[in-house]
Amino acid sequence: MLELKNISFSAENDEGKKEIIHNVSLKLNERFIALTGPNGGGKSTLAKIIAGIYTPTDGQIIFDGIDITGKSITERARMGISFGFQQPVRFKGITVQDLINLATGKKLSVAQICDYLSDVGLCAREYINREVNASLSGGELKRIEIAMVMARGTKLTIFDEPEAGIDLWSFSNLISVFEKMYEKKGGTILIISHQERILNIADRIIVIANGEIVKDGKKEDVLDGLLTAKTCAALTDKM
Amino acid sequence: MALDKIQMNLLKEVANLESVPEGAYNIRSNGKLESRNCTENIEIVTKKDKPGIDIIIRPGTKNERVDIPVILTQTGLNDLVYNDFYIGEGADVLVVAGCGIHNAGDKDSEHDGIHSFHVGKNARLKYIEKHYGEGDGNGSRILNPTTIVEIDENGYMEMETAQIKGVDSTYRLTKAVLKDKATLVIHEKIMTHGKQTATTEFHVDLNGKNSGTHVVSRSVAKGDSHQKFISCVNGNNLCNGHTECDAIIMDNGKVTAVPEITANDENASLIHEAAIGKIAGEQLIKLMTLGLTEKEAEEEIINGFLK
Repeated sequence: MLELKNISFSAENDEGKKEIIHNVSLKLNERFIALTGPNGGGKSTLAKIIAGIYTPTDGQIIFDGIDITGKSITERARMGISFGFQQPVRFKGITVQDLINLATGKKLSVAQICDYLSDVGLCAREYINREVNASLSGGELKRIEIAMVMARGTKLTIFDEPEAGIDLWSFSNLISVFEKMYEKKGGTILIISHQERILNIADRIIVIANGEIVKDGKKEDVLDGLLTAKTCAALTDKM
Repeated sequence: MALDKIQMNLLKEVANLESVPEGAYNIRSNGKLESRNCTENIEIVTKKDKPGIDIIIRPGTKNERVDIPVILTQTGLNDLVYNDFYIGEGADVLVVAGCGIHNAGDKDSEHDGIHSFHVGKNARLKYIEKHYGEGDGNGSRILNPTTIVEIDENGYMEMETAQIKGVDSTYRLTKAVLKDKATLVIHEKIMTHGKQTATTEFHVDLNGKNSGTHVVSRSVAKGDSHQKFISCVNGNNLCNGHTECDAIIMDNGKVTAVPEITANDENASLIHEAAIGKIAGEQLIKLMTLGLTEKEAEEEIINGFLK
């Protein structure tokens, strides 16, 4: 499905050029893959490289046997890659209905949109004509973002911390959304997450730190190690 | 009606009319009356002292509309018209005005409409005005509308103006005076391109107790066009005033926003907001991840913004 071959990525900052991803190679075929690791470790950067938002300084990306390294965001989206933003974007004047229609490339009926919105715990009647602007809370925006990505139903779906900002809406619902997506369309879901409950439903867990893969394997093997990892005493005392 | 294809198209653009409207209307074409219809409650009378009409709406008239489109297809014509609207006490009506210019010649075509609205006590008025220009001649298409508004006690007026395409130069002036509990809501939409210029100026005097106004402008300046938005609100009593200018600039487009809010009474509450900037990169990226090209994404963002 997706293969990363020796991917490296550097970015300029105040201190000069810094390499954020170092020579990462991965093959992704499983149903549900979780990408985890410390903040600033390179998870989001790697996801954005897959979606075409960042161009790698080195390496190759193969999607369904085709080299997509030089392909644009639009081309990758049309080939079957979806990306759910960690911080959803606001649009003045564009409604929830408009965005879901754009996501599917079709004019959906209210009932169809209702189907997607109810999956993320939103009542279509209340939201369909709302503008995706500052009047929506961060949690509402996040759910709309998930509904939009879900409506696309592509072969590869990447979520960047879907749990962040999900207010008053249980993780079990979020997880059932992911399961439903798989049942409906098949394909691979790649989720960046820190949440144990999300890691717990993954077939495979990849841990990235300092731009490198430090652990990669079946949930059982990786998760136990993560949960028993030593935390500094000052922190455990307070927890 | 003896309108040709070009004129019919202009009518469609500015008034969404495919045929003769129902109810009261007055269609002006190339500086002359084309056709008119009055109803039991709405009277339209030609002015005797200057070009233009008086539109008199009987007190208590409900759910009726008046269409007063103007179309110009003759190059070099400078059409000046005075239209006075008298909205009777307690009436609730819709007025749709619009001006379409098709200039295929080399001389400038200009329409200056001076509209005065007298909104009676407890009356509600919705006023929609659409401006549109087309034609491949070198002559400019110029529209300079002036709107004078007086709203009596507890009256309400909503004004929606749109100028999306083809007008080379615009100077819009709107002046309003509000009495007790009167409300004025203005939504302006402008898109300019090429070398077009558009200046809009709003002066609102909130004289009445508990009067209020919202003046909201959304605009897009493309190409080498230039827009200027001036909004003056004077709070002269216990009142609420809010003006907002929200603009997207593209290419070499330029936008100037000049707010002037004056509280002449300690109970006046006035707000001005202005935001000018290009389309945010993350908005484009988001829509591109849905499969839109950069150009399609740009169009969707602008269409939504001006919707």
